Amino acid sequence: MSKVEFDKETGPREVFCGLTSIVWLHRRMPDAFFLVVGSRTCAHLIQSAAGVMIFAEPRFGTAILEEKDLAGLADAHEELDRVINDLIARRPEIKTLFLVGSCPSEVIKLDLATVAEKLNKRFFGQVRFVNYSGSGIETTFTQGEDGALKALIPLMESSNDEKLLLVGTLANNVEDRFKKIFKNLGISNIESFPPRQSTELPKIGKNTKVLLTQPYLSDTIRDLKHRGCEIISAPFPLGIEGSTKWFLAAAKAFKISELKVHEIISPLINRAKLALDSHKEILKGKRLFLLPESQLEISLARFLHNECEMDLIEVGTPYLNKDLMKEEINLLPDNTKIVEGQHVEKQLDRVRESNPDLVVCGMGLANPLEAEGISTKWSIEMVFSPIHGIDQAADLAGLFSKPLKRNQILTSKTLVTN
Amino acid sequence: MELTLWTYEGPPHVGAMRIASSMKDIHYVLHAPQGDTYADLLFTMIERRGQRPPVTYTTFQARDLGGDTAELVKKNIKEAVERFKPKTLLVGESCTAELIQDQPGALAKGMGFDMPIVNLELPAYSKKENWGASETFYQLTRTLLKEKVSSSDKINPLRWRELGRRPKVNILGPSLLGFRCRDDVIEIQRILSEQGIDTNVVAPLGASPDDIERLIDAEINICLYQEIAEASCEWLKRNFGMEYTNTIPIGIKNTIKFINEVHEKLDLPLTNKEELENKSKLPWYSKSVDSNYLTGKRVFIFGDGTHAIAAAKIAKEELGFEVVGLGTYSREMARQVRATAKDLNVEALITNNYLEVEDAMKKAAPELVLGTQMERHSAKRLGIPCSVISTPMHVQDVPARYSPQMGWEGANVIFDDWVHPLMMGLEEHLIDMFKHDFEFVDGHQSHLGHTATNTNDFLNSEDKKEKNSKEGIIWTESGRAELTKVPFFVRGKVKTNTEKYAILRGIPEISDETLYDAKAYFS
Repeated sequence: MSKVEFDKETGPREVFCGLTSIVWLHRRMPDAFFLVVGSRTCAHLIQSAAGVMIFAEPRFGTAILEEKDLAGLADAHEELDRVINDLIARRPEIKTLFLVGSCPSEVIKLDLATVAEKLNKRFFGQVRFVNYSGSGIETTFTQGEDGALKALIPLMESSNDEKLLLVGTLANNVEDRFKKIFKNLGISNIESFPPRQSTELPKIGKNTKVLLTQPYLSDTIRDLKHRGCEIISAPFPLGIEGSTKWFLAAAKAFKISELKVHEIISPLINRAKLALDSHKEILKGKRLFLLPESQLEISLARFLHNECEMDLIEVGTPYLNKDLMKEEINLLPDNTKIVEGQHVEKQLDRVRESNPDLVVCGMGLANPLEAEGISTKWSIEMVFSPIHGIDQAADLAGLFSKPLKRNQILTSKTLVTN
Repeated sequence: MELTLWTYEGPPHVGAMRIASSMKDIHYVLHAPQGDTYADLLFTMIERRGQRPPVTYTTFQARDLGGDTAELVKKNIKEAVERFKPKTLLVGESCTAELIQDQPGALAKGMGFDMPIVNLELPAYSKKENWGASETFYQLTRTLLKEKVSSSDKINPLRWRELGRRPKVNILGPSLLGFRCRDDVIEIQRILSEQGIDTNVVAPLGASPDDIERLIDAEINICLYQEIAEASCEWLKRNFGMEYTNTIPIGIKNTIKFINEVHEKLDLPLTNKEELENKSKLPWYSKSVDSNYLTGKRVFIFGDGTHAIAAAKIAKEELGFEVVGLGTYSREMARQVRATAKDLNVEALITNNYLEVEDAMKKAAPELVLGTQMERHSAKRLGIPCSVISTPMHVQDVPARYSPQMGWEGANVIFDDWVHPLMMGLEEHLIDMFKHDFEFVDGHQSHLGHTATNTNDFLNSEDKKEKNSKEGIIWTESGRAELTKVPFFVRGKVKTNTEKYAILRGIPEISDETLYDAKAYFS
């Protein structure tokens, strides 16, 4: 392991809660509905994070707790029943309903597992109910996906067929690319979790080899291991280096030669390097500060340093699972400072003192930092953009080079005659 | 429990954040878990603010709940006070903290600080954003001025004479995330100043706690947005005798009425009464002949209470529209909206459910929708032009240019903003009329989406079956030819009505005459 410096911080945070992940999960599984059992705050959070406006009737909603629900718990269960009956009557096409716990529902100990169990009996054969918590007292941002996937594992049937299981939401086009490449490598049985249809859950067992696409799935991985799956240890497929090592790790698990892997992906790598060059030119030597939010920070830091030659000032991460991240941490340069948790005020003090060229942060902080003359990239874009894989490496770099390029344009005089 | 897919208003603590963020030298310690920090982006992204909201979130986690969350609150309060040195501290809790009952306000008051501390109790499970903003502004005003209540005589609105100076007023209610507040304040100050009236304090937008303490230097209060300021105005009236205005100066008639009201309250003679009519272009633009086509346009209105009521009056009395629907999501203003709706002979829609609003919109078959950004989306789906008149805020509602809703310039802005989408409708009609001319190539795309072209498919279809209605009624050549001549934006309705009429009368074939029969029947 490289000589990475670890630090821990507690205090006021500036991070989304796990409910936010509903925004991409509901798009991934168009036959599922996500019902948050929570407050008006939860509803407001999701609609604000989802890009402020909803263009049609969405497949997520909030059962908003009201004063009378808090008076007695029996009432709350009945009320939830009523809301769900209405919802299913209104949206008969829904195949899976996720009951999502929130901060208030966790605090009043609303037992969503029991509710889901009862509903599963009542709506047997029509709608499946699963529950998980996306509450901000237990989860940050992308951790919500971890909860949702973990909740689906008990529904997955067992099978001893040999297969590669890609775990973690991917953009559909990226998923298709990955599958094509794996097929070319000679791995024919590939499935994704979460699937594109909530009812088409992959079967799993001792010959399932799990390859993670996202670094925030600690609980999911643990449960998959309990079901006998083999977890392939690899860095995450961000950038050329991460993706190459990721493909190599998968190939090794399937006893495919390194030579074969290089043969298939070399043209991709050459092409990607070419595309990456123009971004590297802008990013090279620039100093980067990553505030904690998406949990992708360590992988991004590795990519932006190793492939784009940026200098790392500080890498924040909401929480750190050293085991899950060990392949990534090994690739980081010596003396990288990783800070787990947050005290947003103290961290912003460090941002200002270190005078970075670029800060990766949440949307609440971006404009205030810009107003202080510090360029920013908001991290929520990483979870909405197709950034995985070799073919997307330049696009990923582009997310970071664009704000710097824009600054350059706006501060220089280019029209000679005018 | 209420199923909510989308909500017009946030929770009440977001209302408190609006007040805190609008002001200077204030800090708000909010007992809340990490996810609640999303609210910062409403200010930094939607309003494009270059400063973070002055809010510290205590960020308690599940593991803290077994221990001492009260200590966590105190630690955060102490740090926030040391770091930000506010002149007044707001302390409150969001929905989750309300359940664990740490009473952060009481804790803060026990910590021995010199500055005033406002303990905000905003019931998250029964109230919403605007109520929270109103309550926060009221509690803040009360906290900062309560000590002066007994020592002050009632304020005589005529005292400016004895004091030998121009009359002074406060402008209360404008806040961040309020619809065009930034520009309304400038416009109203300009109007007042032209009338020889000085502005004492604008609050909460841009005010400090010191300014709040100075509120009583003014003679009267201008209550600019009832949703935010009415409770404070009422308290100032009760305790200091300060009168406040009831007229919201949106539209020409109400701007003039507002000026009159201010003059009466101050006993200041109004010397330029005749001039006022000509301060805005709206009256003449509305009178000019090309505005004839605005007459009786069916308009559907939905928004916050203040803007929905104002829009109804302008639509009806200043632009000559017909109001076919009126509603609000502001339950606090339901009574006033109902009264206005009654005047207009429509039933008021009071709801927080945007799907109900879309439904009502569909049924009312308007030619123009005045609503929030959500109604803009609904109207787009229905192929109806729309102008946005109310919060919830969208980044488009914070335009770079000066664009108030109030006063003279506000009336100009409203004329343009409401009439231009309709003119696009007229343009569509002209394009449709001239579509056979050679200048018009095939495939001209509608600006209003594709809803309007549904009947075109019907008319242009070569398939005989498609030329019949679902009920098997046949459209004859002459019937179809006549339908072509109907303007596209009502064609769908004419087609449906004619078929309905044919079924009613048992007419198997629709000719040009049937169209006219149906028209007479339904008119």
